[in-house]
Amino acid sequence: MNALSLFKTRALASPQDGDGDAASPRCAPAWRAPLVMLALGLAACLLLPDQLGLLTRIFIMGLFVLSLDLVVGIAGLATLGHAAMFGVGAYAAGVFALRVMPDPLVGLAVGVLAGAVLAAATGAFLLRYQGFTFLMLTVAVAQMVLSLAHKARDWTGGDDGLSGYVMGPLLGQFQFDLEGRLAAFYALAVLVVCFYAARRLVDSPFGMAVRGIHENRARMAALGTPVYRRLWGMYAAAGALAGAAGALSAQTTAVVGLDSLSFSLSAEALVMLILGGAGRLSGALVGAAVFLVLHHTAASINPYHWLFVVGGLLMLVVLVSPAKAVAWLRNRRGGRA
Amino acid sequence: MSHLLELRHLDKRFGGIHVTRDVSFQLAPGDRLALIGPNGAGKTTLVNQISGVFPADSGEIWLRGENVSRLSQAQRVRAGLARTFQITTLAPHFPVQRQIELALFEREGLGGCFWRGIDSFPALQAEARALLARFGLQGQAATPTQDLAYGEQRLIEMALAMALRPQVLLLDEPMAGVPKGDGERLLAALDVLPRDLAVLIIEHDMDLVFRFASRILVLAEGAVLADGTPDEIRRDPLVRAAYLGHGEATRHA
Repeated sequence: MNALSLFKTRALASPQDGDGDAASPRCAPAWRAPLVMLALGLAACLLLPDQLGLLTRIFIMGLFVLSLDLVVGIAGLATLGHAAMFGVGAYAAGVFALRVMPDPLVGLAVGVLAGAVLAAATGAFLLRYQGFTFLMLTVAVAQMVLSLAHKARDWTGGDDGLSGYVMGPLLGQFQFDLEGRLAAFYALAVLVVCFYAARRLVDSPFGMAVRGIHENRARMAALGTPVYRRLWGMYAAAGALAGAAGALSAQTTAVVGLDSLSFSLSAEALVMLILGGAGRLSGALVGAAVFLVLHHTAASINPYHWLFVVGGLLMLVVLVSPAKAVAWLRNRRGGRA
Repeated sequence: MSHLLELRHLDKRFGGIHVTRDVSFQLAPGDRLALIGPNGAGKTTLVNQISGVFPADSGEIWLRGENVSRLSQAQRVRAGLARTFQITTLAPHFPVQRQIELALFEREGLGGCFWRGIDSFPALQAEARALLARFGLQGQAATPTQDLAYGEQRLIEMALAMALRPQVLLLDEPMAGVPKGDGERLLAALDVLPRDLAVLIIEHDMDLVFRFASRILVLAEGAVLADGTPDEIRRDPLVRAAYLGHGEATRHA
């Protein structure tokens, strides 16, 4: 809904013509937010050279939550099985590096493809259902993928995880270093590109139709929108981004575990999305950053009670909508001036 | 085939309730058919079957010489059928102009276009603004739909249907819940519908029905009770007994 609230604020700011004609609503340029993201990410990497591991993780989870936002915030489909696409992307990239070739970018493409194919295949079935049924079926599908990965020990390493592969140099010349500098920049670059692509997708006629379905399915059907096909397209696109995130994770940590397919990963991603605000893409990145920084700092202070803080924050965010918070702030500011 | 829309022996049951009983009628270009009947007569159910929200149990629906009985809602829209909803059915957070653009993109087959931005279609944007101006809504182009007055939202229902450039238009109680004052713009919008458009309107306001319709079809308990010109319907003793009942009194209700 962010794009929508963006329309709104811009419309309010736009001058009115003499005839009383309101200006047309316009989208913000698709490159703006990704560029801000890039600047912030680079600044963080340069200012916090000791935290590159954490930053890399934030970039990767940010990408994953971004892909979840396409499903939850844009298409309006609540899912708790999104880790399936992340994990499949991770395993695909890992297996590819181990058995075929270690080139990171080709491996990334393989991960993207794996995520998209799994989403397209499962979505073809899942998207016939709505609401609670859909939610439960996403859990079921993710659990099935998890148990398949568990059984296919020869390929995935089962409980031990998949490891033993070494990534080749990026673009044929930059080696992954031990401090994780390249890993961080690589993850950031992929995130920024994917963020831009997602922004473009959401602000296209296709993306607008999907948001229309989220807002009112019956209305879109009455306009002649093939609802199922549109949702399927968005679901597959989200699967591709989740696969990219999984591949990044496999490549930067050089290990893939079964936890990359787990229910708790799906649930955590949903918590991050709600923390940052669903439906505006940038919220996904904010949510991932807040959650992981909190995890990092709070867990080092008290490893048992950090979830208490997350729970409290979540309550706050859910009970006080961002719109209300902004309105409250504006009122206060207005009152003082 | 000169009929735009033809219903042949349409029949539908919901469990034990027989909601549509052997309904047949035709619509030709330029027809203004009013569908009236008491609450629960099956009027909206009929519109839902024609537009493809759910299928009929038996019988056929022909649109422009093509049997569309098995086609999806989206395919029927593309074949030239548009509808409005009795209960306002819009995307509440969309700015009004975006809402219209949704319809235009879909009409132009651009709904699957993911590689271009929504702001890169100046011709369609101009068309959306022209359409809004036709309904007197040009000042609200950027207003979220949910912030509009109810009567204006009813206008958008009509504008969306017209944006699809249909040949058959189904209006499900366009005036429902609109305060008397706001009704003028809706009436004006009804008056300027294209001449050759075939319109089926469900409406409870008998003044409007007798003013607008060239033909009236009375539905009672899912079956066609009477089908004729406004004068014939007004004189029909069966209709008077079943629906118009108390003569002048209900006409102004």
